Amino acid sequence: MILFELFLECALLSFVAFGGATALLPELHRVVVDHHHWLNDTTFTQLYAIAQAAPGPNVLVVTLIGWEIAGLAGALAATLAMCLPMSVLIYLLIDRWESFSGKRWQRAVSLGVAPLAVGLVFSGATLIATSAGLSPAGWILVAAVVLANLRFRELHPLWLIAAGAILGISGFA
Amino acid sequence: MLVEQRHWMTAEDFNAQLGMCQFLPGPNVVNLAVVVGKRYQGLPGAIVAPLGLLTGPVLIVLLLALVYDCYGALPQAQGLLRGIAAVGCGLLFAMAWRMGMAIQVKPVFWPFTVLTVSGIALLRWPMPLVMAAGLLLSGSVAYWTLGRK
Repeated sequence: MILFELFLECALLSFVAFGGATALLPELHRVVVDHHHWLNDTTFTQLYAIAQAAPGPNVLVVTLIGWEIAGLAGALAATLAMCLPMSVLIYLLIDRWESFSGKRWQRAVSLGVAPLAVGLVFSGATLIATSAGLSPAGWILVAAVVLANLRFRELHPLWLIAAGAILGISGFA
Repeated sequence: MLVEQRHWMTAEDFNAQLGMCQFLPGPNVVNLAVVVGKRYQGLPGAIVAPLGLLTGPVLIVLLLALVYDCYGALPQAQGLLRGIAAVGCGLLFAMAWRMGMAIQVKPVFWPFTVLTVSGIALLRWPMPLVMAAGLLLSGSVAYWTLGRK
């Protein structure tokens, strides 16, 4: 049953989501598009765009994915599966984890996971870039956003998103 | 809101908790809400905090999903979403760059980034596998470098 499968896949993913939902994009894509064929490339990218523009945490891309796959029940199942397992675990383990802080192996884990998280975010970005069907102007927009975001850190990303939306409607992406 | 309006916690405290939640798997803000909720109200707080955080945004996103289902196929909507996706992907590249620059001892740890990208983006291996293997390798190297200091 699709709803159950969706829940299971998302729950499994939540345990490896180092670096948050952003880091999950490639794996979400692999599971939802490549493996189960629940959605196609374009829909996946567009759902990501909607989640990006919407207020709230970026986990909500799974809410949208769940919605497109199995309606309201799918949206709730995917969101719950993504948030619940780690929440329960963190609730149970937080005090213990805090008492470990400063221990050599704990520092080793946080140090070791950082380069992997970078790789995940980078992979997510490449994935979106290649499946969005961007025109050359779209690629220039990507590069411009990277520069703008790195150069002007005070500039709120929403302005860039608004600019991207306007350019997109006018056919420049 | 927690720090500046209600003074429930100090800025340092907030940063420490956020840092920890960013490192643990799972949605960062949800994790943070659970931790903060538990600290102040125990179990009820840990349930109510993430729910309060998510309910509004979930409703908005579902509303957007309805709009998308009705109008998503229009060429203007397609262009709009492509523009936003381009920006989103630029933001991701920038974020990866910033995270990468924050890593200490780059010659030692950057290879693991390259390995992760090859495994995930190029070879499209399952992420749990790549992460488990990567964490084992990268964590051992980190353990070893920490011991040398």
